[in-house]
Amino acid sequence: MLFTDSLFIFGLIALFILYFAIAKKYRWMLLLGASIAFYAYSGWSNLIYIAVTAASTYGITRKIEKMAESASAEVKAHKAEWSRDEKKAYKEREKKKRFRWLVLLLVLNFGILAVIKYGAFTMRNVNSVMGWFGREGNLPVPQFLLPMGISFYLFQTMGYAIDVYREKYSCEKNFAKLALFVSFFPQLIQGPISRYNELSEGLYAGNDFESKRVMLGVQRILWGYFKKVALADRILPAVTMLISDSEQYDGIYAFIGILYYTLQLYADFTGGIDITIGIGQVLGIPMAENFQRPFFSKGIVEYWRRWHITLNTWFKDYLFYPLSVCQPMLKLSKWSREKLGKTVGKYVPVYIATIAVWFLTGLWHGAAWNFIVWGLMNAVIILISEKLTPLYEKFHQKYKWSNTRPYEGFMAIRTTLMMGCLRMFDCYRDVPLTFKMFASMFYKGNFHILWDGSLMQLGLSAADYIVLLAGTVILFTASMFGRKGEVRERLYNKSPFVSCCLTVTLFLLVMIFGAYGIGYDSSQFIYNQF
Amino acid sequence: MSETLSTIIEILQDLHEDVDFETENKLIDNKILDSFDIVTLISELSNEFDVTIPADKIIPENFNSAQALANMIEELEDE
Repeated sequence: MLFTDSLFIFGLIALFILYFAIAKKYRWMLLLGASIAFYAYSGWSNLIYIAVTAASTYGITRKIEKMAESASAEVKAHKAEWSRDEKKAYKEREKKKRFRWLVLLLVLNFGILAVIKYGAFTMRNVNSVMGWFGREGNLPVPQFLLPMGISFYLFQTMGYAIDVYREKYSCEKNFAKLALFVSFFPQLIQGPISRYNELSEGLYAGNDFESKRVMLGVQRILWGYFKKVALADRILPAVTMLISDSEQYDGIYAFIGILYYTLQLYADFTGGIDITIGIGQVLGIPMAENFQRPFFSKGIVEYWRRWHITLNTWFKDYLFYPLSVCQPMLKLSKWSREKLGKTVGKYVPVYIATIAVWFLTGLWHGAAWNFIVWGLMNAVIILISEKLTPLYEKFHQKYKWSNTRPYEGFMAIRTTLMMGCLRMFDCYRDVPLTFKMFASMFYKGNFHILWDGSLMQLGLSAADYIVLLAGTVILFTASMFGRKGEVRERLYNKSPFVSCCLTVTLFLLVMIFGAYGIGYDSSQFIYNQF
Repeated sequence: MSETLSTIIEILQDLHEDVDFETENKLIDNKILDSFDIVTLISELSNEFDVTIPADKIIPENFNSAQALANMIEELEDE
């Protein structure tokens, strides 16, 4: 089910009414029922996967917590008789036992993901490698239907399990409540990947109806729909056309494709997240922000701090840091210091962990080489830009004009274009073709398409271009105002009446400028496929 | 100033020579140290003090100042 399906929209309105109509203590149960219904609608068989994740996480996190409690009680009971070393050895032994349970949980769940998402990709590559060695590679290639949102709910749930193992907070004792945390429907499609300690309170509390919060939530939902249906869906035919025929649409067309796809992806992904967070806001459930004006970033590192924030922080907290500071890595670092010198040695963990994280970030996006190369290209650019940081600092100290607003604007445009170029791997889904299309931008020289009317032949009319241009200006303006804090809240505080008018305006914008037309069928959210 | 603290300040100064690490107490909150700095710092601290800093100790409270880092190191040494 899509956020744009009329069944979803009417179901959501009914849910809002019911949520505030029933007693507080039943409200989280209503959300669980709605989440199960939402998931079941996408296919009953999908429920099995999410149920396995919820049940295994519930059982093992409870086990881990009980083990930690009994170990702590044991240490207390022998406080007087055990030496410090004995206590330390006992604690380490017990921690290792808990770690084994955690590993079991991670292997089970990521194993499911590996088989259904990466099984076919792995077998195809094994067959290819066997072919290189002259052996017939005909191992069976398994085909599974990917359960909706598995990459999102699995990461969220495994993050929770790791936090319980780390004793960051207590585990959830009520299975149904944990099942709600795992399956909360607005974030199943494309995140954000929430943390239990940030989401759970709002999720279970049964919040009061507050007119201001509900109004702001509805505005955010409408703003998300505006981005999705008026911009992302409108520009989709042109993007599809530009990507599907690389022979005809190369050179400057490829550059136009980068710009169009950047707008489409931004409007689609942030629009979906706005709808998700807006639903949470109406219900009084605060969710983590996933974007902070990413196209205002002055460099790639800053960009990745502002784009898909919850996925990046997940990788940072649960993979980058543990991998960088694990014992084998520190031993490798020590060895590198001795053999390669202090400067190289101390950076070894950072380099290896960065490459590993970006390899997996690429793989997370899809089981294909284009995503892996995309991830590794990000890693290379990040490492180069980190290495060049002292040089940049000297440059900014020497040339004062480089600290002015126009130069910052130049840096933001440069970053946006660079990220757009990297996204070509996502568009063309073929590594050699991507490089070919990238190169064609520099030698083809077909600039005439910019003024000879060719751009009007991409499935977009003059009216479409006007809406897209106006929409982009609105997005940019909203982002500029957003730098000083939440625009809608400031407006509501100034005048609830004007805020009400904004809601009506947003509703009309969605209704009038949505790319509907005859036979309209909204496209799936891009991140839903990951 | 304790020996641990002065060694930590020396290591930090190697990472960012323009920051006054004796007074700065928002190294993470003010985004002075990024994730690369943190990992490099941990590698240096582990090497210098022969302690293991597990990933669950990487929280802003432990990395916001040189003093907080010194407290964490002393705590790990005591464990």
